[in-house]
Amino acid sequence: MNNNDDRSKSFTRRAFVVGAFQGMALAVLGGRLAWLQVAQGGRYKTLSDKNRINIKMIAPSRGEIVDRYGVPLAVNNQNFRVLVVPEQTDDLEKSLQSLSKLIDLNDQKIKKVMEESKRSSAFVPLEVTDDLNWAEVSKIEVNLADLPGMAINEGERRSYPYGLPTGHVVGYVGAVYKKDLTGDPILTLPGFKIGKRGIEKKFDTSLRGAAGNKQMEVNVRGREVRELQEDESQNGNRLALSLDAELQRYVQQRLSEHKSASAVIMDSKTGAVYACASHPGFDPNQFAQGISVPQYEELANNPALPFNNKAVSGQYPPGSTFKMMTALAALEGGYAKPNTKVRCKGRYEFGKDKFHCWKLSGHGNQNVVTALMRSCDTWFYEMSTEVGIDNISAMARAFGLGQKYDFDLDQERGGLMPTKAWMEKRYNKSWRPGETIVSSIGQGYTLATPLQLAVMTSRLVNGGYAVKPWVVGYENSKKRFPDTWPKINVKQEHLDVIMAGMDKVVNDEDGTAHKSAIDEDLGFKMGGKTGTAQVKKINRKQYAQGIMNEDLDWKFRHHALFVGYAPVENPRYVVSVVVEHGGGGSAVAAPLAKDLMIEVQKRNPAATPMQHASLNEGENKHG
Amino acid sequence: MGNSLRLNKDQTIPQKLIHLGWGLVILVCLLAGVGFVALYSAANGNMDPWASKQLMRFLVGLVGMFIIALIDVKIWYRLTYPIFIFGFILLIIVEVMGHVGMGAQRWINLGFIQLQPSEFMKIAVVMGLARYFHSASKQDMKKISFLIPAFILIGLPVGLVLLQPDLGTSLMIVMAGITMIFLAGAPIWMFLLGGGAVAASLPVAWHFMHSYQKQRVMTFLDPESDPLGSGYHITQSKIAIGSGGIEGKGFLEGTQSKLNFLPEKQTDFIFTLWVEEWGFIGGAGLLLLVGVIFIYGIAVAMNCRHAFGRLLAMGLTVNFSLYVFINIAMVMGLIPVVGAPLPLVSYGGTSMLAALVGFGLILSCGIHRDSKLPRMQ
Repeated sequence: MNNNDDRSKSFTRRAFVVGAFQGMALAVLGGRLAWLQVAQGGRYKTLSDKNRINIKMIAPSRGEIVDRYGVPLAVNNQNFRVLVVPEQTDDLEKSLQSLSKLIDLNDQKIKKVMEESKRSSAFVPLEVTDDLNWAEVSKIEVNLADLPGMAINEGERRSYPYGLPTGHVVGYVGAVYKKDLTGDPILTLPGFKIGKRGIEKKFDTSLRGAAGNKQMEVNVRGREVRELQEDESQNGNRLALSLDAELQRYVQQRLSEHKSASAVIMDSKTGAVYACASHPGFDPNQFAQGISVPQYEELANNPALPFNNKAVSGQYPPGSTFKMMTALAALEGGYAKPNTKVRCKGRYEFGKDKFHCWKLSGHGNQNVVTALMRSCDTWFYEMSTEVGIDNISAMARAFGLGQKYDFDLDQERGGLMPTKAWMEKRYNKSWRPGETIVSSIGQGYTLATPLQLAVMTSRLVNGGYAVKPWVVGYENSKKRFPDTWPKINVKQEHLDVIMAGMDKVVNDEDGTAHKSAIDEDLGFKMGGKTGTAQVKKINRKQYAQGIMNEDLDWKFRHHALFVGYAPVENPRYVVSVVVEHGGGGSAVAAPLAKDLMIEVQKRNPAATPMQHASLNEGENKHG
Repeated sequence: MGNSLRLNKDQTIPQKLIHLGWGLVILVCLLAGVGFVALYSAANGNMDPWASKQLMRFLVGLVGMFIIALIDVKIWYRLTYPIFIFGFILLIIVEVMGHVGMGAQRWINLGFIQLQPSEFMKIAVVMGLARYFHSASKQDMKKISFLIPAFILIGLPVGLVLLQPDLGTSLMIVMAGITMIFLAGAPIWMFLLGGGAVAASLPVAWHFMHSYQKQRVMTFLDPESDPLGSGYHITQSKIAIGSGGIEGKGFLEGTQSKLNFLPEKQTDFIFTLWVEEWGFIGGAGLLLLVGVIFIYGIAVAMNCRHAFGRLLAMGLTVNFSLYVFINIAMVMGLIPVVGAPLPLVSYGGTSMLAALVGFGLILSCGIHRDSKLPRMQ
């Protein structure tokens, strides 16, 4: 019994020891639990949310682009695509092969997807093909069970109803490249497109909109269980352009009669650009849908440079279209009166140099109006020596040459309006007086774009207001153009003199563009000025052989220019046309400008106020 | 009643019911209740497929527990070795079936239940050791030769369980067995010596471990090394527990388990689900509950007037606590993933029945604390 009691005591002692261990173990567990749940609870809460919440970006709809009447120029079409998640397929290539039995899917596309799958993570969806029609969509939907990892995705695809004629202005969208990444997460959405040219590029952020968020609760396999929260996407702005799409199409068509040409039609009073075309061009739809290599190479290798919007980027010697600037500088500076006459002998002698008038037999006595009408070079030669390059240049600048306007289109270039200071700075030599003489008729260093020539003409005929050209009139309902423009410090009577000359250029029997006068009966009389910009001089030897400019290689022929306005009374529309290496301004550019002037006056876009986007304002927010 | 000496004659059934440890019965029901609530939540608020089955098994097991409790400890004392041998044979059967079948085999399919003999072997080893040490004198305990049969009682089943291979269960049997030897009064130096020997043999054990076992140990030591592989379970479990915070996400609101980030949520990781939804308050409550069960078990053991009952009740309490410690420590990332259920809470027939059998025996020790067992020499 004693022994038993002894053992019982020993047991009790040892049981206490075991119990103490158990208590300690429980305390450790409790401590660990407190550490995880109380001390680290916040951190684990975040981790848990990260686990279960999948934030999906909702792509906004890209803003539409419409013309001044609301005619769509860039729209989003519903686009059904097939996406495949490689890791959800048993064998990607086999899956693609079975898909190719259902829809038209060539080996090249399969190869492309296989290539892409090697470069991206296995869980990233890849686009197999797009632009499916309803029959194809339903075929795939029915067989989806046999196509593991494949899914139909409804997206949007940019489309340009007018195609080529609006290519340069509207531009196009394309895939996001590494260099395009700005940190905006929207750019990483699969298949997201950004503007690559034209307004699509210049107004990309405005058109893009803002991505929305959808917080989805997902299970461990990433399957969405329920929606937790949704922030709507903010669709891109709808841009209403000043363009008249039908006029634009007409202009483009008429330009295509030449090898390389561009034209701008604008409103002299408001600065609205009604048409801005450059030939050759490209169809933006080809790019938005993925252009093929041969198609691209054909465009890239064209010597007439179809990618260039020459209406804003082509810089040409303005030739005789510049004479208005020299004349106005002479009048404003008091170097000439409206009736100041200069005798043209067919050449102008300055020191030991001789400067020829285009009419070698000479024009005889000319005042400023008749000099413009006949485009007599000698009058301007002589006047320029008195006025000086800096005064001419200042006048030209006041009228919009030699500068950029921060225009709404890409590729805009500033041309060149030389001054003495420029010469010092650029070539480190002093300006020679002979260079002023050359500049007075728009040759030499002077360069201008068709857009600049249109602006110059507008400012001449609108009463001397410094309009700037614009294309994008409204971003949604936000007006982007001013109602008034600053006045240029010139006398109206001098402008009237210049306009009288421009009137006669077209409407006087002796005018250089009289053949292009618009029939009085139409009531669309226009004024204007021809220009022929020399590209390469015919040398003495060629001249002796009777070689004319037309006989030279295309790229050495003269540029044909014309700037015009209409109606002659109360001018509204201004046109500028440049036919690259087209020959003479009066023979080539003026007839084209005439037709454009008739067309724009017939359509009379200025009569209808612009439609802004207010119609669709309410629909601007989408889920 | 208290500590007053009960009559040495057999008690009647009503007397036994009066002496039954009703407190322990209530604690057991509470713990099982936690299980039902958690399983109901694990099935997204459905009784099926787990909670209803678990409830049925519990009710059947509860009846079994009462029957076991009412049977006199004397009977259990006499049946100890037959039970041990029976369990051992079952272990051999699964081992043989495992070789005939394929891979690891731990189960015998009895039709209504998948029986895991190793679970019952844990109880049989405790019973066997209690019986062996029942009549041991203080002098016996100092003799190595006397302890050798005890080591054999532990070693034979452990060897078979290791062959399955089930490292977790083997370790639990060894730990429970060593605790029994300690409680029986073996000299302390033996344990110090044994501990040293184990530490020295760890590298050897490492060498003989299966690669998946090695992987588990490695993952335990550095869970971040393999966040999507073996470490994934424990990482997700810790996220679930931690994200529960103090008050929990609320009943049926556990996102980690609902969205299947949590593996085995109805079995080994049921504690995780419980504390994700009920927070630190629920978790600490559960720990407190099992703590009271430990105390109850220890109290039953200490009040026993015979060595068999003392050792049996204490050994079974230790056995139960080992389950709890290993399971909860595992899901909280304190020890490697060994695959041990939380008794009475985790979904599973064998562990539920084994736990109730264990509590039945503890209750029997309580009722029959004064039974006359064969005296020691």
